[in-house]
Amino acid sequence: MNPIKKLFDNIHPYVEEGGKFHAFRSLVDGFETFAFVPNTTSRVGSVNIHDAIDSKRIMSFVVIALLPALFFGMFNVGYQNALACGKLAEATFWGMFWYGFLAVLPKIIVSYVVGLGIEFVVAQWKNEEIQEGFLVSGIIIPMIVPVTCPLWMLAVAVAFSVILAKEIFGGTGMNIFNPALITRAFLFFSYPSCMTGDATVWVAQDTILGLGYKATDAFTAATPLGEAAQAGFTGFTPDTIQNAITGLIPGCIGETSVIAIALGGLLLLWTGVASWKTMLSVFVGGAATGYLMQVLGLTQIEWYEQLVLGGFAFGAVFMATDPVTSCRTECGKYVYGLLIGFIAVLVRVLNLGYPEGMMLAILLMNLFASLIDYCFVQSNINKRAKRAIIKK
Amino acid sequence: MSKLFSDENKAAFTNPLNLNNPITVQVLGICSALAVTSQLKPAIVMGLSVTVITAFSNVIISLLRKTIPNRIRIIVQLVVVAALVTIVSQLLKAYVYDVSVQLSVYVGLIITNCILMGRLEAFAMQNGPWPSFLDGIGNGLGYAAILVIVGFVRELFGFGTLWGYPVIPKFLYEAGYQNNGMMVMPAMSLIIVGCVIWAHRAYNKEEK
Repeated sequence: MNPIKKLFDNIHPYVEEGGKFHAFRSLVDGFETFAFVPNTTSRVGSVNIHDAIDSKRIMSFVVIALLPALFFGMFNVGYQNALACGKLAEATFWGMFWYGFLAVLPKIIVSYVVGLGIEFVVAQWKNEEIQEGFLVSGIIIPMIVPVTCPLWMLAVAVAFSVILAKEIFGGTGMNIFNPALITRAFLFFSYPSCMTGDATVWVAQDTILGLGYKATDAFTAATPLGEAAQAGFTGFTPDTIQNAITGLIPGCIGETSVIAIALGGLLLLWTGVASWKTMLSVFVGGAATGYLMQVLGLTQIEWYEQLVLGGFAFGAVFMATDPVTSCRTECGKYVYGLLIGFIAVLVRVLNLGYPEGMMLAILLMNLFASLIDYCFVQSNINKRAKRAIIKK
Repeated sequence: MSKLFSDENKAAFTNPLNLNNPITVQVLGICSALAVTSQLKPAIVMGLSVTVITAFSNVIISLLRKTIPNRIRIIVQLVVVAALVTIVSQLLKAYVYDVSVQLSVYVGLIITNCILMGRLEAFAMQNGPWPSFLDGIGNGLGYAAILVIVGFVRELFGFGTLWGYPVIPKFLYEAGYQNNGMMVMPAMSLIIVGCVIWAHRAYNKEEK
């Protein structure tokens, strides 16, 4: 017998009704259903989806898809640290990776402990099954914050978004807004100096456990997008763009590398977890708007540069395609995606105060997703109603 | 004396403090509750101003209620409220100038506060001056109480002060603590009001 299965079977009597550790029922339940597909698939009164795969397995795919970007982000944290200290020549690949690993790991732990802690408490309190939505949010959140973001801020922001953006609406599957983006928005508006501010936030500047290097003097490194916003968008050197595609630029931990994100995106599309319609139309919308802005002379940034800089690619692949907060009608997905791309580039170009428009664009469209769905469903109903009348 | 504090009169005063609170239950006057609560001081001054105006406009309308022609009653109520608002606004300018600058247009906008018109229409037009006075005071204080709660939270976390005095110890700032910029924005006060309503309704679950 599988030892893990045996362990769970041994624990069970303690957490059943009347057992010694009944308070931890949801905790054990959560881990067990994560490790093994449960025998019972749905309870009375819950949402019933007829599929061989349950949401914990879908979430696992998304987490796997996020891993390339996460690992690259860890390497990039170390790389930027070495670059900033002028020690690039003597830094080794693994040295940089482990430095980044140690810098990012505490954020992942804080995000999971706080977020899952709240979810477990709520599930136990309401006597519900553990909801697994935070599995993905918990790993996305550390990837969309700067590496220097203090842990207590992250904890406050995660608690805020899990309670006020998710549990209030009824938990996983009911939320209007993407909880990971709410976390980022909370940090962005609450502690702006740690999220954009004086441009010292994007690169780790201290040694961790003897790894990495300490920046000697006051050192600043803005993201290419932030720099461009300050300089009035005068265009980029080909070098910057090449680095933006490979990902060797300062930025939020997981958002920099287009290649790593593309690997994850391919996995999502191949497994059918994410909708290619949403993903494609975000890029099309962003490119078209970028081109339009360029033609109108509002910006010097080439249209394809809009797509590789900042969080555009990460947002398009992992955030906009969130099945809960995006449109569900097939036509609606096009409209939803196009508008995200449009608004993201619009905010970037026209509002220099917010060089990163992707977060605001996706949150805004989260709000409109159900309206778009409603319009398409209604128009379909009307079309069919008309057909029925003619036949009569 | 016993008549002055009969059960009905007591209810007129205490109901709006809790079970019929203008903000948490009737959800009136939200606009000003969001705008003036970034600090404790303006929140309290605003709460007291509304209390005074509601109480006295209630009394005046209640005295006039039998002589006001039904078709023009709204304009009569507005004239009374506007007169009282002007008096309060001038008093604030005379004695607490800095707060009145902070409150800016929101003192003048008390005229449009739904709580006032609501109480005049719903209570003062049907009741005598003394119950109307109690009702006005109760509603004003019920409104003020929520403003104080929201103002307290926002000033504490947004500025790290209370009533203008720093309360968050310095070593916390040195350890990396930062004031929450979102608390200063009205958006956050809507969330706080929402949380207050949530707590209030959860606490009074059986009453409804």
